[in-house]
Amino acid sequence: MDYTFHWARMFSGEPAQWMWDGFCTTIQISTISLVCAMILGVIICILRMTPFKLFKWFSLAYTEFFRNTPLLVQIFFWYNASHFVIPKAINDWMNDLYSWIPGPFTLFGHHFVGEWMLLNVEFIMGVIALTVYTSAFIAEEIRAGIFSIPKNQLEASRAVGLSFLQGYRYVILPQALRIVIPPLISQALNLIKNSSLVMVLGVTDLMYQATQIESYHAMPFEAFTVALLIYLAISLVVSFCITMYNKHFMIQVMY
Amino acid sequence: MHWDIAFSNLDYFLYGTTSFDWRFPFIHNPEGLVASVILAFFGIFGAFWIGLAAGLMRMSRRWWVKIPAVCYIEVIRGMPLLLLIFWFYYLAPVITGQTMPAFSTTMFCFMVFTGAYVGEIVRAGVKALPMGQMEAARSTGLSHAQAMKLIILPQALRNMIPSFVNQFVSLTKDTSLAAILGVIELTRTGIQVDNRETVASFEIWITIACLYFLICFILTSYSRRLEAQLSRYQARDR
Repeated sequence: MDYTFHWARMFSGEPAQWMWDGFCTTIQISTISLVCAMILGVIICILRMTPFKLFKWFSLAYTEFFRNTPLLVQIFFWYNASHFVIPKAINDWMNDLYSWIPGPFTLFGHHFVGEWMLLNVEFIMGVIALTVYTSAFIAEEIRAGIFSIPKNQLEASRAVGLSFLQGYRYVILPQALRIVIPPLISQALNLIKNSSLVMVLGVTDLMYQATQIESYHAMPFEAFTVALLIYLAISLVVSFCITMYNKHFMIQVMY
Repeated sequence: MHWDIAFSNLDYFLYGTTSFDWRFPFIHNPEGLVASVILAFFGIFGAFWIGLAAGLMRMSRRWWVKIPAVCYIEVIRGMPLLLLIFWFYYLAPVITGQTMPAFSTTMFCFMVFTGAYVGEIVRAGVKALPMGQMEAARSTGLSHAQAMKLIILPQALRNMIPSFVNQFVSLTKDTSLAAILGVIELTRTGIQVDNRETVASFEIWITIACLYFLICFILTSYSRRLEAQLSRYQARDR
């Protein structure tokens, strides 16, 4: 053991600043991807449950393909290869960020996009990869939640005079949501952990900053341990929230 | 589209070499698909035993057995695998005093990482059994350890199969992370060919993704058969 630890240097100056920046980027990319993945996941789930064969097959292929291939490969695909299939106009538009990002608007004296959020093609491709990957899992979880509600609930709701959509809205979805929310939260947790992979594109997230500190300040062990503790803190807070949610809102349903 | 480039590189994706010799990956230097598969299979093998130990320790009533297992499972489940790989990559030389090869480092990390998840699966599998099983086993004169080994675990293992295979599939996908430390496996060959061929990124990454998909598909379809086979004798009145 001839390795000398420099814990104090982690918490001041450049390393502390870098870790904070990385933490902010991780939170930003996870939040944006999570919101997009929720929307996309719900859409895919709805497509899966429609009676149209084409939609069903499409969403089945979508979920199976994106669930069974590694996220890293998908990230490489989106960043290195997607411009071969995306139309050139969209590609140019995406590269020319300043033409469509809603201006460097200021909030509390900070430029929102320049200082608070580092938007670039790497960031956007990272968001797309995380979104698509997570939405496949979310779609499966929502579907499982809705299928776990017995079918006669819907039939009973039709029998008392509710329409199909009303039956879903007032009878099926309230029960399904209660079942679906804990797995969705743990999916959010997975998303935060998976977001560490976008460092391969050079998105300056927590993991990327830890490798920066490793190479610039020669403190690999300290940097990765601090990153570990940050990820662990996020996970423990979220899993504590799940436990609390389960205690308060889960009712034991007997069928 | 230049699918010919992707397909002419198929043997390179699969085995990491264009002149393939079956002795090469196993004896000298595991590469390409073979490296991915070896990482996944040995990883899940190690993870099973680590997870079995961790899961059983976690269910213990003695705090000095339980607390280490709880800490292990919670810490590992709360961190990204990439972070574990980097962390151990820099920690291992500090412990052992010599540089560790990336292949064995990642292999160790896969075992430790998946072990924590398998630990939870073991716990859930045992908890899903009715309490009366253990009580009946004890009343027939078996010790706690004997009852665990002969009565509880065989049934729990059958409960575990679907989630265990899920974990196997996740691990197979996670082996792609070894590419970041430079281990030559399926993803790394993709990166190499992508750097070499400038016009065929799309075809290359789709081919790599399809190869992973194929492995995972084979695993899940085999697991369904295994599950059906092992639950032949299960009571059907549930």
